[in-house]
Amino acid sequence: MFTTALIVFRETLEAALFIGIVAAATRELSGRSRWLTAGVVAGALGAVALALVAQHLSGWLDGLGQDVVNIGILSLALAMLLWHCVWVSTHTRQMVSEARQLGQSVQQGNKAPLALLVVVALAVLREGAETVLFVTGSLTGNAATSPITVAAAGVLGLLCGALVGLGIYAGLSRIPTRRVFLVTNVLIALLAGSLASQLARALAQAGFIESWTSPLWDSNALLSQDSVLGTFLHALVGYDAQPSAAQLCGYLAALIFIYVGTRLLQPSAAAR
Amino acid sequence: MIRHALLSASAVMALVFAGQIQAAEPELLLVIKNHRFEPAELKVPSGQRVKLIVHNQDATPEEFESHSLGREKLIPAGAKVTVFIGPLKPGSYSFVGEYNEATAKGVVIAE
Repeated sequence: MFTTALIVFRETLEAALFIGIVAAATRELSGRSRWLTAGVVAGALGAVALALVAQHLSGWLDGLGQDVVNIGILSLALAMLLWHCVWVSTHTRQMVSEARQLGQSVQQGNKAPLALLVVVALAVLREGAETVLFVTGSLTGNAATSPITVAAAGVLGLLCGALVGLGIYAGLSRIPTRRVFLVTNVLIALLAGSLASQLARALAQAGFIESWTSPLWDSNALLSQDSVLGTFLHALVGYDAQPSAAQLCGYLAALIFIYVGTRLLQPSAAAR
Repeated sequence: MIRHALLSASAVMALVFAGQIQAAEPELLLVIKNHRFEPAELKVPSGQRVKLIVHNQDATPEEFESHSLGREKLIPAGAKVTVFIGPLKPGSYSFVGEYNEATAKGVVIAE
């Protein structure tokens, strides 16, 4: 009972945190709630569809079908985030400050940050498919507990995850507008690093990369990945107690790409 | 310069593909039944990648999860999936079935 709620909570956490951060980052944009909802709904529908075909999918490509789909989702999400971090956020920031200088309200209702919408949908899709499979599995295969209890536990886990997402949104919303971009940009960049690390792990799991796949260190003694803080940091910034060299390289490469890319674009944006 | 880069890129690709073809890694079967792993203890050679075939014979999905192996994979009811692990240093690496952690426990021993 409790474990069902806990598993659903853990699956929901990453997507919920991400949505909270994106919601805070796009506070200034009109029509934001609409496209954010669209992203979540699209992701949820996709998750149900993915869960329905999971049985067939797992058997594909000599038992690697799921990994290949996962790698595709992670790559697309990472590409979108990198693109957003480097190009879109630089321009959005400029537009917002220009609009404010001119005393205009920021009217960008038609210009939803498409990249973020896709990443939100993909986050919900990835975590959602596992949740749907797990809950439906518990509903059908477990005679000992009543379906109502399982469903209630699932809803409870989902609500707790959503609450954490709301929490981070509320926390970020207290930051003055001038500074909130800086904080959300750093958080989104770290999420990109986390995605790159997960991608490296998925590639190793599917056997597509063979080098640099052993753990570099073990920081479980310092901070266990199963602890509350470890779980939270894993979802927020991709904390891994035993990362491989490939994961670390992916993480750092994403951060360096964003840092260098943003630096390169900034002077040209200021000159115009 | 470009030719040099292309040449080294194709050399890397060739190495990768050669690795794929040569890789006759050991294969091991792990069965999930009644929310337990069979065998619960897997002996694998160290320093070598191992292909793990996980067959879930239960009517419910399971998630093969191991922080020490850095692996996490969902196995739908009745499905058979592949998970590559290692190359591992000698030692023991525990894994669980996340959805039934109370009973689904196992360990990989690399030696």
